[in-house]
Amino acid sequence: MFKRIDTLIAPLVAVAFSVLFGSIILLVFGANPIETFIRMIDYASTPRSMTLILNSATTYYFSAVAVAIGFKMNLFNIGVNGQYRLATAVAALVAGYITFPGYLGIVVIIAISMLVGAAWAGIAAWLKVARGVSEVISTIMLNFIAIGLIAYLMAPTVLGVKTAENVIGTPIIPAGNRFPGVSLPTAPIPVYGMIFLAVALGFGYWYLLNRTRFGFDLRAVGMSPSAAVASGVNVKRMTVYAMLLSGAVAGLVGLPLLLGAQYTFTVNFPGNYGFTGIAIALLGRNHPVGIAFGALLWAFLDVSAQILDLTGVPREIIVIMQGVIVLSVVIAYEVTRRVKVRRQQAAVGSAGQ
Amino acid sequence: MLAVELQGIWKRFPGVIANSNINLKVEQGSVHAIVGENGAGKSTLMKILYGMQRADEGTISVNGKIVEFDSPSDSIEVGIGMVHQHFMLADNFTVLENVVLGSEPTKAGSIDFAAAKSRISEISDSYGLEIDADALVGDLGVGDRQRVEILKVLYRGARILILDEPTAVLVPHEVDELFEALRGLKSEGITVIFISHKLDEVLQIADEITVIRRGTTVATLNQKTQTVTAEQLAELMVGSELPTPETRGSTVTEQVVLLVSELTSVNSDGKAEISDLSFKIHAGEILGIAGVEGNGQSELVEAIMGTRAATGSIWINDQDASKLGTRKRRELGVAYIPEDRSRLALLLDAPLWENRILGHQTQAPNAKGIRLTPKLTKMDTKRIIQEFDVRTPGIDVLASALSGGNQQKFIVGREMSGNPILLIASHPTRGVDVGAQAAIWDELRAAREKGLAVLLISADLDELIGMSDSIKVILRGKFVADADPATVTPQQLGNAMTGALKAAN
Repeated sequence: MFKRIDTLIAPLVAVAFSVLFGSIILLVFGANPIETFIRMIDYASTPRSMTLILNSATTYYFSAVAVAIGFKMNLFNIGVNGQYRLATAVAALVAGYITFPGYLGIVVIIAISMLVGAAWAGIAAWLKVARGVSEVISTIMLNFIAIGLIAYLMAPTVLGVKTAENVIGTPIIPAGNRFPGVSLPTAPIPVYGMIFLAVALGFGYWYLLNRTRFGFDLRAVGMSPSAAVASGVNVKRMTVYAMLLSGAVAGLVGLPLLLGAQYTFTVNFPGNYGFTGIAIALLGRNHPVGIAFGALLWAFLDVSAQILDLTGVPREIIVIMQGVIVLSVVIAYEVTRRVKVRRQQAAVGSAGQ
Repeated sequence: MLAVELQGIWKRFPGVIANSNINLKVEQGSVHAIVGENGAGKSTLMKILYGMQRADEGTISVNGKIVEFDSPSDSIEVGIGMVHQHFMLADNFTVLENVVLGSEPTKAGSIDFAAAKSRISEISDSYGLEIDADALVGDLGVGDRQRVEILKVLYRGARILILDEPTAVLVPHEVDELFEALRGLKSEGITVIFISHKLDEVLQIADEITVIRRGTTVATLNQKTQTVTAEQLAELMVGSELPTPETRGSTVTEQVVLLVSELTSVNSDGKAEISDLSFKIHAGEILGIAGVEGNGQSELVEAIMGTRAATGSIWINDQDASKLGTRKRRELGVAYIPEDRSRLALLLDAPLWENRILGHQTQAPNAKGIRLTPKLTKMDTKRIIQEFDVRTPGIDVLASALSGGNQQKFIVGREMSGNPILLIASHPTRGVDVGAQAAIWDELRAAREKGLAVLLISADLDELIGMSDSIKVILRGKFVADADPATVTPQQLGNAMTGALKAAN
């Protein structure tokens, strides 16, 4: 009973605090906070907005899970951006140039994307275990290298083509290689079909961490490397596996947009989902359900912010609120953790001694 | 004149009393050693004296004045300096740069290196530290670096030096050099507080020796007025008011469970931590390793568990385990009670039942194939809590919430589960209350009767003599003597441990 309340209280306090903080800023700008929030909720409740929210949340979910896998082992994968961009670019080239029979295409494309993401993260993993390079540094560097590599691949002289809007990108993906969507009633656009993959991933992530030896070893390394070593975990090997897994999941980040809406990878493909993923992983405390709520909240704020411009309120207020949520949730988690430890120590004290 | 006086110092942590009623008087211009086992409360005491922690009760006086420290900067202000066991020096800086770092003398806004340099050579000369201010720290040996650390605190005006296990990282001739330097400091009126558990070294350098046992000061001996022996100190450190652990009759069988030959492990500095250790343990046998701490016991345990690189061979139950990883060795039936439980044997932030899995990830009742089986693990955790009397409100509390003694009972319970054939136990009863100690001894005896082979490392000589079927004495990484627990006395063991005698019987 207490456990439930404990896990919910920190994010709720953080969200409440950021609403309060956002209200103050709105007042400073001369807008009525209550009216503004009601307008945002109204706007977000339309079928079109709800579809957009679910779609964004799907993308964010993949990104946050990729980051969370690293976090569970105290690895900070800042390279999700580079991993998913490169993975998506390669997947888009394969999907654009090769036609597969039936649903095989989708399976192959997803597999290739995950492999490329894993391989790119694998470089950072190798550097860490063989050369002692911090993954924070190497993954950031690899982000830049990925951008360069993509630019090369997309050059019209190499594999890229000029799209209709005169942008350089991959050939348009044929219908057979696209991931079919599902439409909400009366919505003008479909929800990404990959949302189901995101749900499956969330369950798989939970199962792997909590119900397998591998997951226990991974968490043990994260909690105490010395105890993990003494218990027989090969920490270097776990580091490589965790980075590969994180990279493989990162490889999924760009696919909902690529296979569900855009059907081409251009040089303008969104490139910052990785950082959003870090924020959402923190918000959801690396827990699959927590991350789902975090992703939905983030997407809601993103989508509903669009109405603000129309009412003359700067939409950057939402970005500020998102930042405040992350900062306050980190603080709130730490505070509740300390309270929990103190309460347990008190309980232990009364149980014996 | 007293440089430092501590009166009635108490320090409590949740579930543990680290210091109780500590009383200490340190004469000015003397070398005062503080000895005690690991976990006896030496480091907490030093942290209090250096201002890193606050005492719950008691007073600290420096040079006759009562002081209160909120942080190390307060203690530096009254002239107390600390030389840590692990050096805090930047390799790519010169001695000069390292010494001034943090308290740079300035002249017209830039660092006045010339003034600093002349002060450094002045300090170095007057105390006989023999340090070249322009040498790059990265090029210096361990002993030199230590003297740089000493110089650093003297430069900041310290008149009272605290040295935390200063000889732990030194080879013998460096120890001699350090002692030479300490004598120089003493003759200039500097007070040195020297923390150690190496009794022979303490006897060499200290004017007075205070012994700490179980968090409290039990005696202060003055080498100027009385003859102090290592055995005397060892007895004071270990105490003898404990219930006697005794095994009844021999259960030693012919079957060799652990066969170690020529085990050698060299640290990164090229120093052999253990060399050429060979021994056997049979089923039903407890082999005790006696030795003053820091003489290779931890390294021996780590080499056997496979967490430290070593040459030589290790056979467990007729299987060559020398090349196996830690997990494979554990799967052969090796149970492990490490010295440092919170660092090596527990996930402090995980619930107790998840800690049941640690070290036994691949074994029943925790796993079937690659899957974990939490239900069975939880049931078994409840069994351990009952059988081993672990005081906890439940299996979902975090391991960190338990007191040290209860953590240890839980670890012993976990490691004795699943019928191990070999137990590697470092200080299995350290830090537990007398009742739990007796329970752990009972458990070890029962397992031994059922054929468990045990490697027992303990600083408690009564425990070693009472529990072991045979005893080997380790000194500087080598076995120096065998002892028969039936006839040996703690005094004889103490002699052998300190290298005073070659054989204990």
